[in-house]
Amino acid sequence: MIVLWIVLGVLVVVVGVSSVVLVRRRAPVPPPAPPAPARPLPEAAPAPAAPPTEPAATEAAPAPPVHPARIEERLGKTRGVFAALRALRLRPSIDSGVWEELEEVLLRADVGLPTTEELRHRLDSRSVGGGEELLTALEDELRAMLSTQDRSLRFDPESGVTNVWLFLGVNGVGKTTTVAKVAKREMAAGKRVLLAAGDTFRAAAGEQLAQWADRIGAEIVQGAEGGDPSAVVFDAVQRAAARGNDLVLADTAGRLHTRVNLVEELKKIRRVADRPPGRVSEVLLVLDATTGQNALTQARLFTEAVGVTGVVLTKLDGSAKGGVVVAIERQLGLPVKLVGLGEGPDDLVPFDPGAFVAALLG
Amino acid sequence: MFEALSERLERISGRLRNRGRLSDADIDQALREIRSALLEADVEVGVVRQFVAAVRERCSGEVLARSLTPGQQVIKAVHQELIEVLGGQPLRLTYAPRPPTVVLLAGLQGSGKTTAAAKLARWWRQQGRNPLLVGADLQRPAAVEQLRVLGAQAGISVFSEATNPVAVAEAGVAEARRLGRDVCIIDTAGRLSVDQALMDEVRQIAAVTSPHYTFFVVDAMIGQDAVATATAFHAALDLDGVILTKLDGDARGGAALSVKQVVGRPIVFASTGERLNDFDLFHPDRMADRILGMGDVLTLIEQAERTMDEEVVTRSASRLLEGRLTLDDFLEQLQQVRKLGSLGSIMKLMPGMSKEIRQAAEQVDDKKVSRVEAIVRSMTPAERRDPSIIDGSRRVRIACGSGTSPQEVNDLLRQFREMQRMFKGGPARLGALFGGSPAAFPGAVADGGLRGRETAGLRGPKGRKKKGGRVTPPKRR
Repeated sequence: MIVLWIVLGVLVVVVGVSSVVLVRRRAPVPPPAPPAPARPLPEAAPAPAAPPTEPAATEAAPAPPVHPARIEERLGKTRGVFAALRALRLRPSIDSGVWEELEEVLLRADVGLPTTEELRHRLDSRSVGGGEELLTALEDELRAMLSTQDRSLRFDPESGVTNVWLFLGVNGVGKTTTVAKVAKREMAAGKRVLLAAGDTFRAAAGEQLAQWADRIGAEIVQGAEGGDPSAVVFDAVQRAAARGNDLVLADTAGRLHTRVNLVEELKKIRRVADRPPGRVSEVLLVLDATTGQNALTQARLFTEAVGVTGVVLTKLDGSAKGGVVVAIERQLGLPVKLVGLGEGPDDLVPFDPGAFVAALLG
Repeated sequence: MFEALSERLERISGRLRNRGRLSDADIDQALREIRSALLEADVEVGVVRQFVAAVRERCSGEVLARSLTPGQQVIKAVHQELIEVLGGQPLRLTYAPRPPTVVLLAGLQGSGKTTAAAKLARWWRQQGRNPLLVGADLQRPAAVEQLRVLGAQAGISVFSEATNPVAVAEAGVAEARRLGRDVCIIDTAGRLSVDQALMDEVRQIAAVTSPHYTFFVVDAMIGQDAVATATAFHAALDLDGVILTKLDGDARGGAALSVKQVVGRPIVFASTGERLNDFDLFHPDRMADRILGMGDVLTLIEQAERTMDEEVVTRSASRLLEGRLTLDDFLEQLQQVRKLGSLGSIMKLMPGMSKEIRQAAEQVDDKKVSRVEAIVRSMTPAERRDPSIIDGSRRVRIACGSGTSPQEVNDLLRQFREMQRMFKGGPARLGALFGGSPAAFPGAVADGGLRGRETAGLRGPKGRKKKGGRVTPPKRR
């Protein structure tokens, strides 16, 4: 009974607030009411109309080509932080102090308390001698936790099917940038990509993707700001089918996983995208490596809602370790498929568990 | 926001509360749980260690031995320590002696700088200032465009040009001076603390604009990295404070605790939703209350005072209590309340709201509220005064007029009638509806009352009695 809640809510709030206001007015010393100028201030001479910015200019320098050493090289920047760990290696025996330091390293990397404790249990059962051995064992265990075999992106080559990859996540994790990067990759792999600017909520999000499309030479379908994102995705699939594009990459507006309505909207987008000739073959959750334990809740709720099939971990080129994906992969079985290492169109690489674990432990 | 953390702390404190005697083992156990609650809430490891040590100090054996309610002593220690860690008193904003007061925003990518800039500008406009927004994020495609759109929504002009960030910032401040704006908010591109080139750039921006305030914008969902990043930005920019964004999710907000503690700069503003209105000064003491689950009425009242028309509210509230509420009044109230922000976010601030009600409120979106408004607006004045004259054909007309169905019109009318009946009994009766505690209504009762069923309720270290005779009722369990 949604209407009931509205009516109730409104009245309860009004009564509560007004009675407080009344009490406050009766108080001997009236608190200085904050000046609330309701009058619209006349807009004094608007700022000189600046020509539309061309962000491309600032980023024109061609990004260096991706090479395999990239991930270690980029991740290497923060290794100094974990110098403590290197000292650990030299410990001849394991006492509780060593455990504590180790725990701290893992916690600092956002691995989380439950996973850290699980690792400790597992290491306890393996009798290890010195610090060196302990760390090797730890790396083994971490890699075992990230044991998903298949990290490729699913694509149905069947004719008459338009593959749709849906990108979702909370606000500000880098969805739009990721869509552009994936588009570049897949175009290089010979796919005919069409972008769907499904973020109709945030100001200028469509514009942002359009500029990316321009830069990487991809086609794009855009809707009106504030419009229905499902309609944009639907249009994109129709257009793709008509024009022979085999892959639609659908951006969506950032949404907190706790917003029931917005999650419902996402479900609708997925339903619409799945209508033939469309087929949703990947639902990718974009996660920011700086995110802490909340990422686990995000992954769980989004998976329950729309069946997430993989994770893209962005911003791993900073000082954050993104250790929470260990818990995500372990508890929810969601594989990390791609890793974002920068703002350039080529800064996206497949997830490599070995390199990730090595970076995690500095 | 902070709910998960407060739930866990509440569980711990609930267990301790009624204990007459605490052994060392009890305290150890409680502290261990506090530690794991904080770690799960993403509080930085070092900060957790300090926090636990400080709480242990505060409840040293002697203090507890002298106390009749040692359990409460522990809770009090946690509460005091929380306030300490969150930053004591809120920052008192000052302004540059020679306008404009330049405010520089910096932070990681995606932390919400552009949105925060627009919200901040709007906030200052509400304080009677006249801000200018400067878009110096030339890195992310369409970032300036985004700022322009948000600026237009907030009615604040935006300055930017396609040169380079340092030049734009400098020109922006000059522009603010030329236009006689007293606050100049500079939005910068997101950058990683390990990116030397970009950190140099922001340092340069600070050098040419000499900001009065430099705020670090950080996402409430950030993990352990918060501290490393904040420290690096602090080293480069000498931060004055922190703006915490996306507090409306279920992130446990541990970053809030750590950043203040490590960098030594307070959280100044917090953003709690996607609407430009969902933004306010951060009050550490209230946040500590909220973490311990005591509601946050003060924030609600301040929001109300700022946005609502007091006369309208009191008039219709008194009619409401007399049971003479008409649909006209209801419409008026609806509009007043909507100025406050989304219903969900208001409900969160109300103490005594059960989890179920909060969840239900979460599901009420503004579109549905608009439908209710449309239904009432489609009625004639006579119908609004006396809904009983609405018969079948009027109902169909109203439904057509508002684009709803006669069923929906019926629902609204029925519930409105029920509501009127309920309010005739006064707010206490409505309180009964929510589970029996009139304390859910601030000011409606003389005393905050006890904490639900638990007679040894936590009254808090400050006695919960605020200035002006107002009483903040503790959260009903």
